[in-house]
Amino acid sequence: MINTVTESSAAPILSVRDLKTYFFPDEGTVKAVDGASFDLLPRTTLGIVGESGCGKSVAARSILRIVERPGRIVGGAILLQQNGSQVDLAQLDPQSQEMRQIRGGDIGLVFQEPMTSFSPVHTVGNQIVETIRLHHPVSTQEARERAIAAFRSVGIPKPERRIDEFAFELSGGLRQRAMIAMALSCGPRILIADEPTTALDVTTQAQILDLLRSLQEREGMTIILITHNLGVVAEMCETVVVMYLGRVVEEGPADAIFHNAKHPYTQALLRSIPSIHSTARAELPTIAGSIPHPYNRPAGCPFHPRCPDFMPGTCDKAEPGLTVVGDGQAVSCFLYDRT
Amino acid sequence: MLAYLVRRLILAILTTWAVSVLSFVVIQLPPGDYITSYIAQMSSSGSFVSEQEANALRQQYGLDQPQYIQYIRWMKMVLQGNFGMALEYGRPVAEVIGDRIYLTMVVSVAAIIFTWCAALPIGVYSAVRQYSWGDYVATFIGFIGLAVPSFMLALILMYFGFTLFNANIGGLFSDEFAEAPWTLAKLWDLTKHLPLPALILGLAGTAQLIRIMRANLLDELGKPYVVTARARGLSEGRLIIKYPVRVALNPFASTIGYLLPYVVSGSIIVSLVLSLPTVGPLLLKSLVAQDMFLAGTIVLLLGVMTVIGTFISDLLLMWIDPRIRFEGRQ
Repeated sequence: MINTVTESSAAPILSVRDLKTYFFPDEGTVKAVDGASFDLLPRTTLGIVGESGCGKSVAARSILRIVERPGRIVGGAILLQQNGSQVDLAQLDPQSQEMRQIRGGDIGLVFQEPMTSFSPVHTVGNQIVETIRLHHPVSTQEARERAIAAFRSVGIPKPERRIDEFAFELSGGLRQRAMIAMALSCGPRILIADEPTTALDVTTQAQILDLLRSLQEREGMTIILITHNLGVVAEMCETVVVMYLGRVVEEGPADAIFHNAKHPYTQALLRSIPSIHSTARAELPTIAGSIPHPYNRPAGCPFHPRCPDFMPGTCDKAEPGLTVVGDGQAVSCFLYDRT
Repeated sequence: MLAYLVRRLILAILTTWAVSVLSFVVIQLPPGDYITSYIAQMSSSGSFVSEQEANALRQQYGLDQPQYIQYIRWMKMVLQGNFGMALEYGRPVAEVIGDRIYLTMVVSVAAIIFTWCAALPIGVYSAVRQYSWGDYVATFIGFIGLAVPSFMLALILMYFGFTLFNANIGGLFSDEFAEAPWTLAKLWDLTKHLPLPALILGLAGTAQLIRIMRANLLDELGKPYVVTARARGLSEGRLIIKYPVRVALNPFASTIGYLLPYVVSGSIIVSLVLSLPTVGPLLLKSLVAQDMFLAGTIVLLLGVMTVIGTFISDLLLMWIDPRIRFEGRQ
C-alpha cells in the first residue's frame, strides 16, 4: 500500500484503500473498480479522470454505498474520518441507519443530469425539505427556511418562489444549482460531483464551476470531482487521480500530472486535448485502439494493448503496482518500476 | 388548468354524442328488425302474425321511418329521460334496466378495487425483487390469470364451492333477499356475495396491471432521481414508495377509463354463469331479440360510462402528474 501524500500536513478526511467493486451479471464478472486507492485531503478538490467505463462513477457510488445490483464491493476499505475516529464505509450495511446518515449528511452527491435527478412529480423544495428533515430534527417550516437559504447560497434568484417549482420548470443551469443546493442542504463535509457540468452548455459550465469553487472557500468543503474533461480538472483540482479500466494508473498533484505526466496513458490523454497553439486543421492525436470489453480484460497491465511504450514479456505478464515517482506523484507502470 | 378541464369536458360531450350515433347504427346493422325476430319467435311457437299486424306494429314503434328520423326521435326521448319501451318486455326500458345498472356498477367497482389492491403491491414487489422466487410466482399466477377465461374460472370455483363447501356461490343475493326491498340486511347480503364475482371479473385485469406496473417500475427504478434519493439517505422502502412507484402509478389512473366498460361487457358470460343480476345478460338478450331501444340504451350507457371513466382518469392524472397539469399553462 502506498501513501502518496505523506508530505501533506493534514490527515486525509477520506481514504480509499485497494477498493474492489465488481459486477456479477449472468454473463460473467465485470471488475468495474479493481484495486483503486486514493486519499482525500480536507478542503481540497480531488479530480478523478478517465474515459467512459473506467470505473470513476462506480468508485463514487461505492463510497456512498449505492452501487446497484448485481454490483457489490468485494474488497478494500473506505475510511471516513468522523469526530476523531475512523469508519470503514465498506464494512457498513448499505441499508443501515449509520450509512444513511452519512449519505446526504456527511457526503453529498451531485449528478450529471440535473433534469432527471429530481423527481418529475415532486417540487424541488419538497425533496430538499425531505433531505433536511431526514438528517436534522427540525420542523417542516424550519427545513423550508433552510432550503430557501440553501437556494440563496447557490445563487438562485427568487428562492422563495423557485422552491415550489418542479425541476422541469427550471432552466438547466438553475436545475444544477438546485441540485447542488440539495446536496449541500445538510452541510456535508464531502461533496461528490459526478460530471456536474457535462449536460450544461459552456457558459453555464463555467458558472457552476465558479459556484463550486466559491462554496468550497466559504464552507471549507472537500470535493471529489469526477469528470472526463481535463480542462475542468486543470481549473478545479489540487490532486488528480487517473483511472483506466478500474485501476488507478497515475495520481499526484495537478501540476505534476499536467506538466510532468509519467504514465503513457496520462500522456496520451493530455496529447488528445485540442490546444489553441496547435496548427489549424491538424489532426488531433487520439489514443490508439479502444477500451477493451470488460469481459475481456487484457492480462498484465490493462493498458498494454494500446500503449506506445509496450514492453513485451513484461507488461503482458504482470500488473504493475503504484510506484512513487516524485513529490506526491505515483504511477503504476513498469517503465518506472525499479523492482 | 381550467382551459384544460373545459377542453376535456367539451371533448367528453362530443364523444358521448358520437357514441349515441354509433350505438344506434350498430343496433340497426343486423338485417331485419325487432318485428322480424318477433314474427320468427311467434311462428316457432305456432302462432301466426299477419302482414297487416306486422305493419301496424312497425308503425306503432316508428320502425317504418328512415333511420335518421328514428335516431332523432330516439335522441329526443333520451334527452327527456325517456329511454323508450323494451319491446320484448312491454315495459319501459328504464324499468327493465332498473336496479341492474346500479348492481353492475357495484360489481364493476368491486372488481376494479380488487384489481388495484392486488395488482399494485404485487407489481411493486415483482419489480423491486426482479427475478426473485416471489417474482416468478407472481408472474406465473399473473399469466394464468390472463390465460384462463373468466367464465371458466367461474365454473371451476362454482364446482369446488358446491362439492367442497356445499355452497351455491352464484348470484349477488341469497334467495330470501333477491326480491326484497333494500334494507341493511340486504346490503350486508350483497357485501357477502360480492368478493367472488369481483375476484373472477378482476383477475384478468389484475394480471395485466401487474405486468404493466412491473414494467413501468423497472423503468423508473434505474432513473437518476431514484439514485439521488438514495444518495440523500432515504431508506429504501420509503424512497421506492414516494418516487418511482408514484411515477409508475400513471397507467393505473389511466386504466380507470377503459376498465369500467371492460368489466361490464367482459362480464356478460360470467354474469350468465354466475347468474348475476347485471346489465350484461340483458344486453345479450336484447341483441338477440333485436330490441333496439333496450340494446341501444345499454350500449349508450356503456359508452357514457367509458367517457365518464376517461374523464375521471384525466382528473386523476392531473392530480398525480404535475407535468400534465402544467401542459395547459404553457
